[in-house]
Amino acid sequence: MTKLSVNGKSMDVDVDPETPLLWVLRDTLGLTGTKFGCGMALCGACTVHLNGQPVRSCQTPISAVGDQPVTTIEGLSADHSHPVQQAWIELDVPQCGYCQSGQIMSATALLTEKPRPTDADIDAAMAGNICRCGTYQRIRAAIRRAAEIQSKA
Amino acid sequence: MSANPIHVSRRTFLGGLVIAIALPACKPGAKPAGENKIIESNAWLRIGTDDSITFLCDKSEMGQGVYTALPMLIAEELGVNLDRIKVEFAPAGDPYVNNLLGTQITGGSTSVRDGWEKLRTAGATARQLLVAAAAEQWGIDARSCSVENGVVVSPHRKKLRFGEVAEAAAKLPVPKEVALKPAHEFTLIGKSQRRKDTPSKVDGSCVYGIDVKLPGMLYAALAQSPVLKGTVKRFSGDKAQAMPGVVAVVQTSSGIAVVADSWWRARKARDVLEIEWDAGPNAALDDAKIAAILRKGAAGEGRVARHDGDAAAAIKGAARVVRADYELPLLAHATLEPQNCTADVRDDGVDLYVPTQVQQIAQGVAAKAAGVDAAKVKVHTTFLGGGFGRRLEVDFIPAAVEVSKAVRKPVKLLWTREDDMTHDAYRPPAFDQVAGAFDAKGNLVAWNLHLTGPSITARMFPSVTEKMVDPFAVEAASNYPYDVPNVHVDFKQQEIGIDVGYWRSVSHALNCFVAESFMDELAVSQKKSPLDFRMALLEKQPRFRQVLKLVARESRYGYPPKGCHHGLAVMEGYGTVMAMVVEIFLEGGKVQVRRTWCAVDCGQQINPDTVVAQVESSINFGLSALLWGEINIANGRVRQTNFHDYRVVRMSEAARIDTYVVGSDGPPGGIGEPATALVAPAVCNAIYEATGRRIRSLPLSRHKLA
Ligand code: FES
Ligand code: FES
Repeated sequence: MTKLSVNGKSMDVDVDPETPLLWVLRDTLGLTGTKFGCGMALCGACTVHLNGQPVRSCQTPISAVGDQPVTTIEGLSADHSHPVQQAWIELDVPQCGYCQSGQIMSATALLTEKPRPTDADIDAAMAGNICRCGTYQRIRAAIRRAAEIQSKA
Repeated sequence: MSANPIHVSRRTFLGGLVIAIALPACKPGAKPAGENKIIESNAWLRIGTDDSITFLCDKSEMGQGVYTALPMLIAEELGVNLDRIKVEFAPAGDPYVNNLLGTQITGGSTSVRDGWEKLRTAGATARQLLVAAAAEQWGIDARSCSVENGVVVSPHRKKLRFGEVAEAAAKLPVPKEVALKPAHEFTLIGKSQRRKDTPSKVDGSCVYGIDVKLPGMLYAALAQSPVLKGTVKRFSGDKAQAMPGVVAVVQTSSGIAVVADSWWRARKARDVLEIEWDAGPNAALDDAKIAAILRKGAAGEGRVARHDGDAAAAIKGAARVVRADYELPLLAHATLEPQNCTADVRDDGVDLYVPTQVQQIAQGVAAKAAGVDAAKVKVHTTFLGGGFGRRLEVDFIPAAVEVSKAVRKPVKLLWTREDDMTHDAYRPPAFDQVAGAFDAKGNLVAWNLHLTGPSITARMFPSVTEKMVDPFAVEAASNYPYDVPNVHVDFKQQEIGIDVGYWRSVSHALNCFVAESFMDELAVSQKKSPLDFRMALLEKQPRFRQVLKLVARESRYGYPPKGCHHGLAVMEGYGTVMAMVVEIFLEGGKVQVRRTWCAVDCGQQINPDTVVAQVESSINFGLSALLWGEINIANGRVRQTNFHDYRVVRMSEAARIDTYVVGSDGPPGGIGEPATALVAPAVCNAIYEATGRRIRSLPLSRHKLA
C-alpha cells in the first residue's frame, strides 16, 4: 500500500512501486484529465503539480511521490474559477484539447512563480508542452489574460 | 428549393419529435427511408416533451470545432439559443453518410460543407412542424406565429414551449419544402460563438478514447512487427504471462497483445515477450530505395488530371523552358493522443468505444474481427485527441476486438507513442517534375506537372481509382489557377511497399509546395516580382486577386523590416482561397519564421473564431513539417520513435499569425486543412529571397536551415 495525497484527499493505493504517477492517477484513481502523450517527458501532456511544482507524471514513479501533495487538473477548481481556466475559456484556447490539461498545469505553476511573466518566461515555462493543434498563440494570450485576472482577484 | 429530405419519426422518443434525414436517393442499395422505418438510431435531432433538444453530431470532434459549428446550423433555423442544444455523437449508420464523400467520414474539410443544407433544413423542418402544431392548437394560421428561443409565440403573445407541442408536431405531415433563411437574416451563423466543448477541455472531464472505462475492463499493450508489414513467425508468452497482473497473452492479426489488470503492467510485460518476426517484403527497404523506386516509377505518362491545349507541343516550340524536380518525404501524423480502442465483445453484440473519423469503416472491421454482422456492432465515438487524417485509418481496431473476444471481457488497447510513430500510415513521399515554358515575349505559355507517388485512395477506396485518377493526389495541381493556355497535370501511381495515408490537407501540401515554389522560379526567370508575376496571370480569378492584394497590403509585402525577408504563396483548396505571406530571418544559418499573414476567402463563415483558430492550427502543423518533418526508413523500420526525433513546433518556435477573412456569403469552404499547405512554399520562397538558394526538397533540417 502506498499513501498518496491527491487534490487534498489522502488515499491508499496498491500498485507496484515503480508505476508512474500518471497511470496511478488515470487507471487506479480514475483521474483521466491527466493525459498520456509520449511517456518520455517530451510532451508535457501528463503535467501535474507535486508540492506545487510542475512535474511530468509519466516519469515520476509512485515510490518517489511519498507524502508530497499532488494536484491534477481536476483539483484546480470545482467550477472553472481558477484564473487560468477562466482565461482559457474566455479565449477559447483548446482545439482537440488533449494537451490542454498539461498546458494549464504548466501555466498555473508559472503564474504562481511569476505573476507577471514576460514572453521569455512563457517560452521557458511552456517549452515542455507540445500542442499538436498549434494553439500556442492563444495559450500565450491566455497566460497574459490569466495574469490580469489573477492580479485583480 | 429542392425536395425536403427530412423525415419525421412516428415513433416518439420519450414522447417527442424526432427528426431524421432521408438517405440521398442516388445512393446505391439505399432503401428509401419510410417514415415508419425511422427509429431513434438514425435521428438527427430529438425534441423531447421535457424541452430537451439533442443534436446527434455525425462528425467527429477532433479540434476543428464541429461540436459547435454544426449545432449552430441547427439552432439558426430551429430558433433556439445555441446553449439549448445538447450534442451527442451519432452512431454508425447510413443516415450519417457524408454526401460529399460517400461514407460516414470526418475529413476532407467537409463537415460544414456537408451539413450546410442538411442541418439547416433539419432545423427549419422541426421549427415548421412545431409552429404548425402550436398554431393548430390555437386554431390560428401558422404563418402568423413566431419562435423565440424554443417557444412558439402567437400574434397575441400566447406561448407554447417546443416540448409542449413536440408530440403533436410528430404527428403532422412533413412539409414538402421548407424555406431557409437568407444570409442577411442570420443571427448565429457568421457570429463568433464560444466553443461548446471548451469547459470540459479545461477541467479534465472531456472523454477521449484513452479515457474510456467500462466495468470489469482489462488493458492491453500490443507488440507489432518492427519491420513494416512483417508478421509473427513464432512467439512465447510464458515469461509475460508470469508477470504481475497479466491475464492473457493473445495473438492478434496485428501482433501479440498482453492483457493485464492495468495498462502499465501490460506494457511492462510486453517487454518480456519472446517473438520471432518474419520481416516480410520490406526487410531491406530504406529511404534511398524509396527515392529510387519513385524516380524509376516517374518514367512514362501517368493518369491525366488536367489537360488544356497541348503543353508538350508548346514546350517544344518555346523560346525558354524552365524545369525543376521536387521531392517530399514521408511524414507521421503524431496526434497527441496515441491510437487506442476499447472493445467489448459479448454474445449479444459488440460495443466499440473509439476515437475515429470513420464510424462505418470502424464498424465493418470490428464486425469482421468479431465474426459478427456489422449490425451487431455499436460504435461509440469519443472525442478525438487530434485527427489530422490518422484516424481515417482503422488499423488499431481489429486487435482490440480480437483480444476482447479472446478474454471475454471489455478491453482497452492502447498504443505507446513509439507504437504510434513507427506504425502510422505515413503521408506519401513524392517525386515531381515540373516545367514552364515562355514564348519569345516572355509570356508563360505552358505549365506541365508530372507527379509520382503512391496512392492512398487506391488502398482505401479502390473503387474510386478504378475509374479515375486519384483525386486526392492531384489537389492544388489540377486546379492550377493561372491563366496559361497549355496546362498538363498527370499523376503516376508508384507504390513503395508501405501504407501511406491522408495527412492534413493531403496532396495540397505536396503539390502546393511544388506549384507555388515553382511559380517563384518562373517569376525569377523573368526578373519579375513574385506578386506581380502571379497577379498578371490571375486576371480572371477575382477571389485569388482579392486575397493576394489583402495579404500583400497587411504584410507590407516586399518591404520587410531590415534583415527580414518575405515569401508568398496562394492556393485554392476545399472551396477556400487563401494567400499567405511569411517574414523570416536567418539566425546562425537557421530559418526563423517571425510572422505569418494569411488572407482567407472561405465563403460564408459559420463560427468566425474557429476559422481563425483553424488557420493558426494549420500553419503550425505545416511549420513543423517544413522545419523538421520526415520519417526515415532503415531496414524496413521507421527510425523516428518519439517527439525527440520527430520534432514538432513548440511555444517559442510557433509562428505569430495574423489572419484576415474576407467577407463573403458564397457557399462555405473548408477551413480545417488548407493553410497547412501554404507554409512550405511561402517560407521557401522567402529563403530564396534571403539566400538565393532554391529549396526543392524538405524538410529544411536536411538543408541545415532548421
Ligand atoms: S506523457 Fe509525460 S511528458 Fe509526455
Ligand atoms: S489542443 Fe490538440 S494538442 Fe493541443
